[in-house]
Amino acid sequence: MIAQDFMKLINSQSLAELMHQYPIASDFLANFRLENISKDLTLEHALEEIEDEILEEFDLDRDDVLRNFCVFLETFSQTLTPLNGVSSITINGGINKLKEPENISLIIKAGEIISIVGPTGSGKSRLLNDIECLAQRDTPTHRQIMVNGVGINDSQRFEMDGKLVAQLSQNMNFVMDLTVREFLEMHARCRLTPDANAVVEKCFQRANQLTGENFFEDTKLTQLSGGQSRALMIADTAYMSDSPIVLIDEIENAGIDRRQALSLLAKKEKIIFVSTHDPLLALSADKRIVIKNGGIVKIIETSEVEKQSLEAIEKFDNTLLKLRNCLRTGEQITEELLKL
Amino acid sequence: MKLITVAGPPSSGKTSVILKLIECMDMPKGSIGVVKFDCLTSFDNISYEEADIPIQMGFSGKICPDHYFVSNIEDAVQWGLQSDFDMLITESAGLCNRCSPYIKGILSICVIDNLSGVNTPRKIGPMLKFADIVVVTKGDIVSQAEREVFAFNIKQVNLSAMIIFINGITGQGSFLLAKHLQKTADIHTVRDMKLRFTTPAAICSYCTGETKIGEPYQMGMMKKMEFKKI
Repeated sequence: MIAQDFMKLINSQSLAELMHQYPIASDFLANFRLENISKDLTLEHALEEIEDEILEEFDLDRDDVLRNFCVFLETFSQTLTPLNGVSSITINGGINKLKEPENISLIIKAGEIISIVGPTGSGKSRLLNDIECLAQRDTPTHRQIMVNGVGINDSQRFEMDGKLVAQLSQNMNFVMDLTVREFLEMHARCRLTPDANAVVEKCFQRANQLTGENFFEDTKLTQLSGGQSRALMIADTAYMSDSPIVLIDEIENAGIDRRQALSLLAKKEKIIFVSTHDPLLALSADKRIVIKNGGIVKIIETSEVEKQSLEAIEKFDNTLLKLRNCLRTGEQITEELLKL
Repeated sequence: MKLITVAGPPSSGKTSVILKLIECMDMPKGSIGVVKFDCLTSFDNISYEEADIPIQMGFSGKICPDHYFVSNIEDAVQWGLQSDFDMLITESAGLCNRCSPYIKGILSICVIDNLSGVNTPRKIGPMLKFADIVVVTKGDIVSQAEREVFAFNIKQVNLSAMIIFINGITGQGSFLLAKHLQKTADIHTVRDMKLRFTTPAAICSYCTGETKIGEPYQMGMMKKMEFKKI
């Protein structure tokens, strides 16, 4: 439906009927301090009770309100156009800090996990930046990022900005004063998710699987531990965000099942970049990009031997976790505990 | 000379965004100047001076910051032209949420931060509603979900604005904003141009220095609250 169709609709239906069909209509009214107008009338008639002064404060007359309402309904009744058309991205090399060419071209397909390793300050974030802004040889690194095998122009770039990439990092926190359930419902509402309840339920259960420490639907977001928060963010990114690319920056020691988290995101046909110093994460990837002096120096495919070594690394990891839990609960460390 | 107006609530990251933006523009030193409109005091001049960016400060004091902006903007433009700038950026702190120092035909940027609460975009009003570009800062410390809810609430208020996420510390995202600015038109004056939204009305006894409370002292344009019986 386009705005004109909505004009017919809002002139023939009462606000109550409209709000039943388009719950988001109540947001529009609240935005203009009109939440208390009579709902049993059409908007046009209901507006007659409103003083001009209130509308003037928003620089609106009655016709503007009707028109804006139509455009609002039009915008928020469309399902968001997902960018699920991204089947691959290509990184074409540029130059490093010493102006030496990178000489690489790496194609990454949907569902692949790529880790980025290198010393602190070597340029890992710079690479993530290039991916995020879809660099076209116009950033300091001169790299080019292609989508589905082709370069993109500026207007496509602006179009995709903010929708292409979802980010996750150790520093991120929830700042909303909501319960887990309220938060997930709010996000689902923003995504205009059709089957919101089922998705909310799935997110909640999955987040609980990812973290060892269970939490409840009525737990406040701000009371979640670091691990629980990270688990919820990952489940939410997997099920609700439609960004085809996920950039993960340092989520080590987060108290979550990191391998399961990665495979959950990959299963959703997302392209995943993990910038990390954690062997478990680095080796869970299909390939790893090695960065030095601001440039990509090597691309290593994870070998069979490395994949098998994951089991052993996980054992180390679990041992450390056990030690941490012992200390937490006031127990003493014994030689028995150190055995792998 | 190109003119860009930047507004936003206090401490939302306007100065950091402008500094990162100028760094990204890759233009000769001294070709971009900044005018900072503030209320009582500001320390942002230090940041601009450190970055070698010509800066002019102005303090509105007891005048409404929007009134102050509109009565000084043409002089600011002339100062920019005389200083041979290729670009002049004005920065104003929106001190009441009704501020909107934007001019029709001049690129307007609103800077708000993710930490200000998810419903803040719906409360800010004209400063957000009439901006061409909305820059969202501090996204690196909240979850992806909160960023999306925040962007959704911005869209509720301003359907046509482009939303750009910028990290004011690393500069991530400022590159796209810089690309946008290059397309803005050159101007020689803002005389006869119009504000996008009226400035707050203020002609009452309190504007002229009255401090006493009570009916006999209230003169001029007043708005009274209505208190309902419980």
